[in-house]
Amino acid sequence: LAAAALWDVLGILLGGAELLFDGVKEHHVTLPSQSEPWNMKQLLVWIGQNLLKERPELFVQGDDVRPGILVLINDADWELMGQLDYELQDKDNVVFISTLHGG
Amino acid sequence: MCQVDEEYNGLLESPVASSATKKCNKCKETTAALVLKPGESLCRGCFKEHFVHKFRAMLGKNRIIFPGEKVLLAVSGGSSSCAMLNQVQEGLGQNAHKKLRFKPGIVYIDEGCLLGQSTEKRQKTMAQINSLFKMTGFPHHIIPLEMVLNLPPSVLEPVHLATDDPAGSYKEAVDHFMQSSPVHSVDPRVDRSELSALTDATNPQLIAEAQTQTLQELFSRVKTLTAKEDLLHTLRRHLLVSTARTEGYSKLMLGENCTRLAVKLLANIALGRGAQLAVDTAFCDPRYGDIVAVKPMRDYTAKEISLYNYMWNVPYVFIPSLETKTADKSSIQRLTESFVVKLQVDFPSTVSTIYRTGEKLQTASVTEDIERAPLKCLFCMCTLDTALGETSAFQATLISEQLSNVGTTPMQASLRPDTQTKCGAPCDQQDGEEHCQAQAVCCSHKGGDSMNLESLLCYSCQQTVKDMTSVEFLPQYIMSEAQRRNRRSQIRHEISEFLLTEDGDSPSIKADS
Ligand SMILES: [Zn+2]
Ligand SMILES: [Zn+2]
Repeated sequence: LAAAALWDVLGILLGGAELLFDGVKEHHVTLPSQSEPWNMKQLLVWIGQNLLKERPELFVQGDDVRPGILVLINDADWELMGQLDYELQDKDNVVFISTLHGG
Repeated sequence: MCQVDEEYNGLLESPVASSATKKCNKCKETTAALVLKPGESLCRGCFKEHFVHKFRAMLGKNRIIFPGEKVLLAVSGGSSSCAMLNQVQEGLGQNAHKKLRFKPGIVYIDEGCLLGQSTEKRQKTMAQINSLFKMTGFPHHIIPLEMVLNLPPSVLEPVHLATDDPAGSYKEAVDHFMQSSPVHSVDPRVDRSELSALTDATNPQLIAEAQTQTLQELFSRVKTLTAKEDLLHTLRRHLLVSTARTEGYSKLMLGENCTRLAVKLLANIALGRGAQLAVDTAFCDPRYGDIVAVKPMRDYTAKEISLYNYMWNVPYVFIPSLETKTADKSSIQRLTESFVVKLQVDFPSTVSTIYRTGEKLQTASVTEDIERAPLKCLFCMCTLDTALGETSAFQATLISEQLSNVGTTPMQASLRPDTQTKCGAPCDQQDGEEHCQAQAVCCSHKGGDSMNLESLLCYSCQQTVKDMTSVEFLPQYIMSEAQRRNRRSQIRHEISEFLLTEDGDSPSIKADS
């Protein structure tokens, strides 16, 4: 694996989840390079540290997404993709949709 | 769909990606795009088919909506009700397989006043909603919550229609429909002429600022988020039913999904809303009489709906609510939701189990509702669960509450539903008349100035009122109706005292209810 590669990821937030990100729905993100590929678990930590604007507990709980928030990777349910262990590829598209009442 | 497949192909080498190439359980050809429930993964195409079929099947199976009937869709802008609107649109479309044949209209209630939104912000939201509704071509009504202040007291009385066998009348309606109008005349666009008039009538600019303030005053008197949500739900429902009546609709379609209903069922139990469990979660809610509320989305989970909307670009508008950005523990409803969705992660059948339990409750209590007990709660219009015998759990709760409240301030005491019960229970056993006179202070005919609101409410709505520091800002239609009902029960009470002499040794106040 090329250690120098950067991962460009498009994150989209819907269903009210965007409210915790200043109301911004689309986030074009370039992840810093690291020796091994980024996985979803690491991405969540990174989002919590770099993108989340308020109330992190309403988005991340423990090292997982808050129950009630759906995740799609390249338009497919992340339950089909290994969830937290999924290894991100360059140009991946990750969507978070809150199904909770009121976001 | 092809695009998605191609993207997966690139992932084949990586170890975790192997699961991504899982085939659809239904067609067994295309790559699965979502996990519906454990062991059931579907591709986009099969998912759409499954979703659409479920909607038509739900309406077809229940046979509650007649062909040609005017149905008002309550759309909040959220994903669930927008998916419902989308399904109705598709179902009425020319190439629909099992075509829907009713005449839809849409209603949106703007609650921005309770979130402290500015007039500009509210108008922006309403404009967004308006353009969303316009695309459907259906008649639509955009109504600010303030309109609830203009409702007539009659909205709190269920309107009873002389109904015969529902199955028979459904068949009649179908026959009538087939004879009188060719199918294509049910085009929803025929009502378009009404549209401009209606939207003008509900122009948000016409909301008097005083009304906004009254509503804000009312909600500022409610101490807990739990009670706020409950009160808002009550007022919203009154406004929906009233709108349906004045605009000539006979059905009200609500977008509550299965996850939402499972949460509601558990929250209802926590809130003491036992009497409402069945009608609140069943497909059909007959409590308003002439306007029947139906919930065609009740078989869908929140996940199914959100994924469907995302995959098929169903437009929806995210509208913040009282619950937005609140913590899990901010209200009973919110806490229950968090409990259910958390449980759902580890036990994926949680929602369906709760929901199926709810279905079992349904049959028995719904029929009971219609046949027995004419007294209805002033707020939620369910059968009063407080008009029970002395040995009921409710009476026991009241007695222990009274005992534990000995020595509370008169301010607090005046808010308690003590009037009927304090006097009612002992009067039953001892010689009624004298005792009642001695206790005249606690009787409901004490005087006009202190409104005996709580005796008109079910147990749960009483809890909501107890969480209010003052009821003076409750809308006029509620207060007028409460006064009317109090007067009526007062007269009944006086007559019953009069009748005691004839009745000998079993005088009962409950007999007059
Ligand atoms: Zn398939
Ligand atoms: Zn009630």
